[in-house]
Amino acid sequence: MNDLADGYVTADGRQIGPVVMEMKNITLRFGGVEAIKDISFDIRQGEIRAIIGPNGAGKSSMLNVISGFYVPQDGEVWYQGSRRPPMKPYEVAQQGIARTFQNIALFEGMTVLDNVMTGRLTNMKTGMLWQSIWKGKAEREETENREVAEKIIDFLEIQAIRKTPVSRLSYGLKKRVELARALAAEPSILLLDEPMAGMNVEEKEDMSRFILDVNDEFGTTIALIEHDMGVVMDLSDRVVVMDYGKKIGDGTPHEVRNNQDVIDAYLGVAHD
Amino acid sequence: MPEQLAFALEVTANGLMAGVLYALVALGFVLIYKASGIFNYAQGVMALFAALTLAGIIDGQVPFSHLINAVFGTDVHYFGWNAPAFLAILLTMVVMIGLAYAVQRLVFRHLVGQEPIILFMATIGLAYFLEGVGDLMWGSDIKSIDVGLPQGMNTWIDDSTFNTLGYGFFIDNLDIVASIIAALLVIILVMFAQYTKQGRAMRAVADDHQAALSVGVSLNFIWILVWSLAGFVALVAGIMWGTKSGVQFSLSLIALKALPVLMLGGFTSIPGAIVGGLIIGVGEKLFEFLIGAPFLGGATENWFAYMLALIFLVFRPQGLFGEKIIERV
Repeated sequence: MNDLADGYVTADGRQIGPVVMEMKNITLRFGGVEAIKDISFDIRQGEIRAIIGPNGAGKSSMLNVISGFYVPQDGEVWYQGSRRPPMKPYEVAQQGIARTFQNIALFEGMTVLDNVMTGRLTNMKTGMLWQSIWKGKAEREETENREVAEKIIDFLEIQAIRKTPVSRLSYGLKKRVELARALAAEPSILLLDEPMAGMNVEEKEDMSRFILDVNDEFGTTIALIEHDMGVVMDLSDRVVVMDYGKKIGDGTPHEVRNNQDVIDAYLGVAHD
Repeated sequence: MPEQLAFALEVTANGLMAGVLYALVALGFVLIYKASGIFNYAQGVMALFAALTLAGIIDGQVPFSHLINAVFGTDVHYFGWNAPAFLAILLTMVVMIGLAYAVQRLVFRHLVGQEPIILFMATIGLAYFLEGVGDLMWGSDIKSIDVGLPQGMNTWIDDSTFNTLGYGFFIDNLDIVASIIAALLVIILVMFAQYTKQGRAMRAVADDHQAALSVGVSLNFIWILVWSLAGFVALVAGIMWGTKSGVQFSLSLIALKALPVLMLGGFTSIPGAIVGGLIIGVGEKLFEFLIGAPFLGGATENWFAYMLALIFLVFRPQGLFGEKIIERV
């Protein structure tokens, strides 16, 4: 890997673009507890970037900073070349950053299709009046958005459950629907919070395949959090490793795997 | 057909009409409760406030005239014009949207994440505040609203039932119009929620706040929207009740009748509000007719709805259509 300003080529030959998001010296505190301590890293166009670490390392907090759910006390978030002011989560979403949640946050009362369609909300531009009259522009827009939603439903192989209320689905399928909803926004960065958590081996394999396919097919930049090392190493291009709120490693899976601090954090080390 | 049965039918029909109005008020509750988890005690007062504002605008009253006169020593009461009904309704709606914005901006924005009981207390405060402002703005005298809705007995129903059943039904034209408007309102609201972008966002917020944020929905905007919709429903209810029995402060008490309606129908269901309203409307009229008047000395309409709600609370606390509350251990 060479650190050119405009990108690099991955081991499997994919061209990775310039930096889309850069976290600079982020510090996040909850009262006296420092969940994130002075962390900096970047996310490049088209790559799969993982943030890993043991439980309580601050991974989810980091994702929440990126998606605007938490506002860091110190540090800067740079997005698409300019510094991002403190924002509400919905404003971040409108800027093209979609996310999933560790504990799944779907609209349980709606069908799968409706859930995916909510992902298109940020892409709908017609005002409330047009929408209420439901003619012309609004109708055309609905049709276009519906097409995108159906394409993603096909892509993630959930056609069979399109009309099923989400509350009736299994855990693994819910995770996939949540991915579909995030993907429906055609985000410039897709944030996945433990996409494999609580899944069995088969579901994990499916999910890994979908993540790779999404990145490959749509060129979507993906940042994901995972504590299962094995999965992450196979999926991602570059990995940030966190432990107790600090960054202890950053690089390709190969580099990270051979980093002594990372090995210590995962396997434990005798303190003297 | 025996006269008693025909009479019972007439009572049922009238009960349905009364039920429609209960349902309208209950609908306003459901809208806000679903989207924000706030039980809006002020819904009835909002109907009163809307009706007062509408009457005031139609009569060309100067708002806060008592206050202005007291402070500046002037003597203004009326602008000297009468606004056409359509324009007045539009203006009132603007006022209700302004109210929705103010309520969200000044009160509930600062209470996000608080306990439901605190939000509830805030709406009680809002109810009294709004009652006071309505009084200060438009005066406390009883007003009448006339937006051109037909009133009086429907002679066609009277004639045709007399010819077929041998007994003429007395049904008020206003009640018929009210039912049609209420039905239209429900259809429009459901279509809006189901098919428009904002409606979808509204349902998203009702379902899961965090998920709604993650797909780019501003909670603040949706809350202002539902308060505005509730204001609109309150305005419609206010017009109906105001036309029927004059705009007076007892109008805010109809909100209390909406409580048993909600307990019956479920707090989170729009169809539940409608069905609940109709059941209470018909139930209290029929109960009075069949049992109340002959055996209990009458006036059962005052408490029948609450008794029914109590029974429901014991046997089906989530109401007919409400979501069942299951606590997992």
